[in-house]
Amino acid sequence: MGELRDVWVYLSATPLLHLTLTLAAFQFGSWVYSRGKMNPTLNPVLLAVVLIVAVLLVTGTRYDAYFEGAQFVHFLLGPATVALAIPLYRQFERVRRSALAVLVSILAGSTTAMLSAVGIGYVLSGSSDTLIALAPKSVTAPVAMGIAEQLGGLPSLTAVLVLITGITGAVLGPYVLTLIGVKDWAARGLAMGTASHGIGTARALQVSEIAGAFSGLAMGLNALATAILLPLLWGFFF
Amino acid sequence: MLNYLTLILGCQLVGELTTQALQAPVPGPVVGMVLLFTFLMARGSVPNDLASVGDTLLRYLSLMFVPAGVGVMLHFKLLGDDWLPIAVALLISTILTIIVTAWVMVWLTRADPPAVGPEAGSHPKDGAA
Repeated sequence: MGELRDVWVYLSATPLLHLTLTLAAFQFGSWVYSRGKMNPTLNPVLLAVVLIVAVLLVTGTRYDAYFEGAQFVHFLLGPATVALAIPLYRQFERVRRSALAVLVSILAGSTTAMLSAVGIGYVLSGSSDTLIALAPKSVTAPVAMGIAEQLGGLPSLTAVLVLITGITGAVLGPYVLTLIGVKDWAARGLAMGTASHGIGTARALQVSEIAGAFSGLAMGLNALATAILLPLLWGFFF
Repeated sequence: MLNYLTLILGCQLVGELTTQALQAPVPGPVVGMVLLFTFLMARGSVPNDLASVGDTLLRYLSLMFVPAGVGVMLHFKLLGDDWLPIAVALLISTILTIIVTAWVMVWLTRADPPAVGPEAGSHPKDGAA
């Protein structure tokens, strides 16, 4: 038993264990997702997060110990965001043809996201930390955290709400879009990227490169729009 | 292959440095995306090796959100205290944002002569995107 303990102590001190856990949990999530005929509610990110949190809670592992290993996967988010230029370039002719419509749609979506999230939170008497964290929830995490900090909120809580928003959009978005009869891949992509940033974009890319390109563009422009508009709107209302 | 991985990291690095220097309200990787896009425009095509690096990264984009997502365990208390406004606001606002963005786009592009249809260049899977 003592030997097993030693092995455990050794393993949990190296990045290998939690890196492997992250990949294995995601593979499991993807397996369930494909077994479930790609039903959006079986989102692999959601399944992997739930599974890993359960494992960490059961083994009494702290988040920062887990992140020591998982940071290698986390790091790839940056280069992957840069790589979104590739689908955008391939679809640029389409984007250019409807440039004005794209800008107006993203601005409309961006404003809707901020006002409705804060409005609903306010009506249901959320604390001011909650309201600040809700306001930039549709924006990609690093920008949302920066905005929350600027407004005097909690960046880490903001990051969590951003991620839950991303998963919510990725899970429900396809149903909602089909329900309201939107079939155009460009419009579907814009909606996914504006409402649920990178997680929505990852979802859109799995289905159509056109949707993925528009979604990546929407993610970038919504980040810019919210970063500029939110502090102004916030000063106006509060 | 390695040279294009270096190019991607280089774009991100320049992006990070630029946003730091200018105190710009966008993250470094988004500026990096603009830089890589400019490179592609100047070159006029996507080199095969760059495409294989980029497409590989993007195929696993969802995986990369998992470590940050696990961070939810740090905030069980805060989330528990305010769960109702958070849950309702996230759910309704996300759905509303999706509907408004998609409808505005559909409405604004409806009159365009070359109609952008769902059939072009993609493979619909269960009508999902």
